[in-house]
Amino acid sequence: MTTETQTLREWLLSETPTSRRHARLAAFYKGWLTLRANHMAMIGLAIIALLIGTAMFAPLLAPHDPFVQDLAFRLQPLGTEGHILGTDSLGRDILSRMIYGSRITLYIVALVVMIAPVAGLLVGTIAGYAGGWTDIILMRITDIFLAFPRLILALAFVAALGAGIENAVLAIALTAWPPYARMARAETLTIRSSDYISAIRLQGAGPMRIITKHIWPLCISSLIVRVTLDMAGIILAAAGLGFLGLGAQPPSPEWGAMISEGRRFILDYWWIATMPGLAIFTVSLAFNLLGDGLRDVLDPKDSTS
Amino acid sequence: MTTLLDVDNLWVRFPNRTGVFDAVRGVSFSLGRERLGIVGESGSGKSLTGRAILRLIRSPGIVEAGHINLHGENLLEKSEAQMRKVRGEKISMVMQDPKFSLNPVMTVGDQIIEAYRLHAKASKAEAYKKSVEMLEAVSIRDADRVMKAYPHEMSGGMGQRIMIAMMLIPNPEILIADEPTSALDVSVQGQVLSIMDKLVKERGMGLIFISHDLNLVSQFCDRVLIMYAGRIVEVCEADKLHEAKHPYTQGLLGSLPRFDAPRDRLQVLTRDPAWREAPSVEARL
Amino acid sequence: MSDAISIQNLNVWFGEHHDLFQAVKNASLTVATGASFGLVGESGSGKSTILRALTGLAPQWEGQMSINGTDLTHKRDKQFYKTVQMVFQDPYASLHPRQSVDQVLSETLHLHGFKDIDNRVNKLLLDVGLGPAFRFRYPHQLSGGQRQRIAIARALAAEPKILLLDEPTSALDVSVQAEILNLLCDLRAEHGLTYLMVSHDLAVVAHMCERAAVMRNGEIVEIIEVADMRAGKTTHDYTAQLLHASANRVA
Repeated sequence: MTTETQTLREWLLSETPTSRRHARLAAFYKGWLTLRANHMAMIGLAIIALLIGTAMFAPLLAPHDPFVQDLAFRLQPLGTEGHILGTDSLGRDILSRMIYGSRITLYIVALVVMIAPVAGLLVGTIAGYAGGWTDIILMRITDIFLAFPRLILALAFVAALGAGIENAVLAIALTAWPPYARMARAETLTIRSSDYISAIRLQGAGPMRIITKHIWPLCISSLIVRVTLDMAGIILAAAGLGFLGLGAQPPSPEWGAMISEGRRFILDYWWIATMPGLAIFTVSLAFNLLGDGLRDVLDPKDSTS
Repeated sequence: MTTLLDVDNLWVRFPNRTGVFDAVRGVSFSLGRERLGIVGESGSGKSLTGRAILRLIRSPGIVEAGHINLHGENLLEKSEAQMRKVRGEKISMVMQDPKFSLNPVMTVGDQIIEAYRLHAKASKAEAYKKSVEMLEAVSIRDADRVMKAYPHEMSGGMGQRIMIAMMLIPNPEILIADEPTSALDVSVQGQVLSIMDKLVKERGMGLIFISHDLNLVSQFCDRVLIMYAGRIVEVCEADKLHEAKHPYTQGLLGSLPRFDAPRDRLQVLTRDPAWREAPSVEARL
Repeated sequence: MSDAISIQNLNVWFGEHHDLFQAVKNASLTVATGASFGLVGESGSGKSTILRALTGLAPQWEGQMSINGTDLTHKRDKQFYKTVQMVFQDPYASLHPRQSVDQVLSETLHLHGFKDIDNRVNKLLLDVGLGPAFRFRYPHQLSGGQRQRIAIARALAAEPKILLLDEPTSALDVSVQAEILNLLCDLRAEHGLTYLMVSHDLAVVAHMCERAAVMRNGEIVEIIEVADMRAGKTTHDYTAQLLHASANRVA
């Protein structure tokens, strides 16, 4: 039998899948191979995996309690005994705060991802597929949101809803969806007139089925790419709100809030603001690199070759 | 006949995940002042052969050959800058769809003038005059109007004539036409072909005519190479194409529905794996 | 017995009200049940538009169209799609790039309300000369000819009586074209189908059809028996011109 001598790799790379599951796994594996060949994307993925690991095991990894103040040991420099990254103005261990801060960063990212692209996808595909008045009304609303500077709009929302991490996330999500809606609509317009959509219409499929089963799968890949590329911006926006005192509230170890606190001492004690800044930079970069790699894997225009 | 171009043992390879894919496998042929047809199905390597001559294969594709000699000068040894000169002045190429070859935001006139001034030092007025002449040479009657038009205002046949006019401005010795009429209607095809034919004859150019259409090639060319799986399987005089010996060529001819001779079923080509392995036929003059 | 397809004084427009373009002008034709009818003409002559109007993909039309004696309104019901199906020109564009053959065929069968989907998918694949081995492949793993076979299988899934063929082989190599045309001939004999086929290639239409309409600029200039066309017995100059151009490619 050939199946016995076949390795898992050969099974996955088979051109003649034998079941639905096999076909799906094979397609997934080929995507993974393409992604793996992209070294920069793999670095990005590794950093993000590290971030998730850090967030999960924060209590085990952090050398100190992130909230315990020790005024005798305030503003310690890098490399101090017991505080590798020094301490802040209240004598809290910066490394521990950054490790706990990764949880907040991930929380923000996850929440925004659950709201903004989904809302954008819904609005964009419905507008694009329906056309006519639906399209005009939905797109003008989108334009109104787009016309406002993002941070100002978020500021207004936070001011109205009250400061705090959830409201900051909500505000960011509310300002982040319009570009996704525009993109989803543009894609829908090209997909809508394609022969394969005509073909499924000729089978009697209704608009809901066409949008969810045929248009969404094609929009989602470019949306995922766009989201990972925007992730950096989202983290920075959250940090920005934190920096302005409208996001996470003290003593929460959110990275933006940490920078905001360190700002007062930036000339004499530069590391207090720099360390969380470096963390934001690294994670943003990681999402960008991964997004670039995913674009190569998921772009439907390339998958034919 | 004098040999303009001589291609020796040409390979085009594309490395991929599972190894190296050989798209063109050891093709040798030469071109005189004649109309040489290259026919084959999609994936036979005919277009890549044309592109490889001009070194237009992009990375990661690899072009290897004993030599590609143009008047005894090996094109493979030239620098990229020298190649750019060759591409315009010695060998020109006409692609399948004029819609994608013309810049949509420039007028036709500006594009032709630009192409002309890239190759010859001439004033704008001279270049304009020359461009109008070229358009007239490809049977465009109201050349002045066409000069001012944008590509989207042109029909397919008109666009393809403009492309040919542009390619001919630097007076190349060799024209490579890759499916130049496939995107056109039958009646327009005839006009474009007769223009190309006239120019090739008048100027004593060599023409490489790449097509999937056997009947067209047999009517239009002098000599035909039939390519299969990256190799030349047969060479014959174009007017004797219907007496072709190779089972692949015969199969292709048999699979065409004939207007003059109706039949119930079309012949289906059964591909012999040996065709793929048989060495490439040399197609020198 | 009523004709399978009857079209009287059909006009079709494209575009918005300010720049309306009339693609089909006053076209009339009938196709008898079980017959194969060709529509020939150059690009832009409106031949594909007639098919799109029939299937409801070109909604701006006026005139009379009827299928098996039932007049069509501007809304098509499920029954219509069970009777009339279409095969598109470009098999590279007519299959969803992210759906496997199995997904395409299963969904189609599901939409038409069939229950034994597994058996039917395999049967459809056999009908179009592919085996069950192709069932879980994605379009990019298939050649052009194989894709067109899948598209034909999709059209046959509803067990229609009328198949509209929009240049089904013009994107394919000649050897593959021969296979697909043979397949279409076999399927027609097997399932007793009626064909309305659009092509720019006179030889293909002559091979497949008994009668054909020649179109130019949205109008039908002549409806002619293929036997007459072969014999050169045309009544309209344009048909003669087309015949001449396709026989003598180099003017």
